[in-house]
Amino acid sequence: MGLTLYEKVWNEHAVAQGPGGRTLLYIDRQLIHDGSFHAFAALRDAGRRVRRPEAAFATPDHYVPTRDRDPIVHPELRDKVETLAANAAANRIAIYPVGDDRQGIVHVVGPEQGITQPGITLVCGDSHTSTHGAFGALAFGIGASEVAHVLATQSLWQAPSKTFRVFVEGALAPGVHAKDVILALIARIGAFGGTGHAFEYAGSAIRALSMEARMTICNMSIEAGARAGMVAPDETTFAYLHGRPQSPKDDEWDRALVQWRALPSDADARFDREVALDASALEPMATWGTSPEHGVGISGAVPDPAAQPDAARRGSMEKALGYMDLAPGDRLEGLPIQRAFIGSCTNSRLEDLRAAAAVVRGRKAKVPALVVPGSGLVKRAAEAEGLDRVFLEAGFEWRDAGCSMCVGMNGDLAAAGERVASTSNRNFEGRQGKGARTHLMSPAMAAAAAVTGHITDVRKLLVR
Amino acid sequence: MQPFTTLTAIAVPLDLVNVDTDRIIPARFLRQPRSAGYGNFLFRDLREADASFVLDRPAYRGAEILVGAQNFGCGSSREGAVWALAGSGLRAWIAPSFGDIFLENSFKNGVPAIVLPEARVAELRAALVGRPGATMSIDLGAQTVTGPDGKVDRFELDPFRKECLLAGLDEIDLTLRHEAAIAAYEERRRRDRPWLG
Ligand code: SF4
Repeated sequence: MGLTLYEKVWNEHAVAQGPGGRTLLYIDRQLIHDGSFHAFAALRDAGRRVRRPEAAFATPDHYVPTRDRDPIVHPELRDKVETLAANAAANRIAIYPVGDDRQGIVHVVGPEQGITQPGITLVCGDSHTSTHGAFGALAFGIGASEVAHVLATQSLWQAPSKTFRVFVEGALAPGVHAKDVILALIARIGAFGGTGHAFEYAGSAIRALSMEARMTICNMSIEAGARAGMVAPDETTFAYLHGRPQSPKDDEWDRALVQWRALPSDADARFDREVALDASALEPMATWGTSPEHGVGISGAVPDPAAQPDAARRGSMEKALGYMDLAPGDRLEGLPIQRAFIGSCTNSRLEDLRAAAAVVRGRKAKVPALVVPGSGLVKRAAEAEGLDRVFLEAGFEWRDAGCSMCVGMNGDLAAAGERVASTSNRNFEGRQGKGARTHLMSPAMAAAAAVTGHITDVRKLLVR
Repeated sequence: MQPFTTLTAIAVPLDLVNVDTDRIIPARFLRQPRSAGYGNFLFRDLREADASFVLDRPAYRGAEILVGAQNFGCGSSREGAVWALAGSGLRAWIAPSFGDIFLENSFKNGVPAIVLPEARVAELRAALVGRPGATMSIDLGAQTVTGPDGKVDRFELDPFRKECLLAGLDEIDLTLRHEAAIAAYEERRRRDRPWLG
């Protein structure tokens, strides 16, 4: 019987077998950010050293301010960014610091620099590490203890995940994007529909997507409970990686290609579960509640908890409706928003900014709106095509790279009661600020909400 | 790490699905070093908004076992969520499913995250709601949970995790016993994929 992409990468990295079906998995690369100080502290307390500094790459993102950051005035934020620099220096780990164009959100920087490659294992102390699976890497988020473990041993004990293939067939309609695909999948299978599994996204719709779009989808695998999400590498992947700073060069590129082309799941590979989505039937999505599974098509309405038989689920839905100040049957379209955020590791790449700018061009923001590119290089590239002018002329703010309002650790927050149209990945209670109400959507949809002041079907703005 | 063997203690029910780690500990507290006492941050926003939050009801004071619902601890990888729960005296959690990273983080901190069937966990929560302050028991060696109704359930536990919990083992020490295998793997990798460094 053939092997899946996941199984191939897994087998290639098995170093030793432990009790209970556990495997000691070799970790090729680790990304480090300014929230990793807990792991360095643990390492220091235990008197251990970093085994392979050249396998790690660091950049500040969670705590870094997105403006006025040279120097950083806020003492706590400055401390976090400086601590990262000090930990990187003390352990001889490469860093892209503030002021370097390569600085940005780890999950944008890794692929951009060619650190992320097909067939590798990659970890980071951040749950959205699943993003890197878009390249056919086995990439997953870990906690601080595991970060310390990888720093000290370059390996991790893991039990194999079950495999789950997600077929997305057909063509996306205009105005419908990768974000809508993943929100629709999570709405369909639920926030723990993928627990214990690694996704492989397959089908004609996935093959047709750019690397940016594949990253958006893999990024939110964790919101369906799956720790990893993968896409088989193909010509799109190779074209993206060719010539990146950390990509293999010359003869090694050719050798790598031979290995990478052998990675896709075999025709007779078996998956533990499969689900199929019809891409052509999708419409732009938005969430109404406080779990990423609370997504509906823009023509839909807020569901009624009374129809939910399970008490714990019903209670959670009721709680979500209370927090979001919505009632069953409410329509999302037309719901006034007070703020918009375009950014995060889900949607802060050049293609995302282009999609938002296409909607914004020639219009004015009706609410405070923030655009935060995923890296300094994304920012430069966007400026080279004049996207910054489009946003600035419309009254949007154009910031420096970081996680920003996705989690608000750097102080970019929404106020209590404010409704935010957001391209990030989590609408959890308090995620964007205590009492803030997050509606997840695509960059095009968030742009449409910003220029109309309410949640809007972006397709109506595409006809000019 | 503290070994975990058996525990008999008050259990507190949390009747919500998808309790995410942002809710368990809001992001703004993660700036603090672990020594700051993460227990103070546990469910901070939820507790401020709701004075009758279950963990604050007198009958559940001193609870050391938490019984949650599906997908407890989903969301971010922040280990601070485990530190906050453990810091306020909780020593074990039971649910029909956990967020994968949270589950891993729990064991790494010497806390068993115990999975039981959904219907049974719902029954346990209902019993704990009905009899606030009732106790439950966990026997890690026997892999059993005894409910407030006296009924005993066996749970699955990976022998590797069990060994680590019972002995309070540091996993890094365990891994370093495989140092030769790791070095051999690296040697082979340098040959096959030299571009990875
Ligand atoms: S952008 Fe948001 S989800 Fe992504 S790494 Fe930063 S905080 Fe995490």
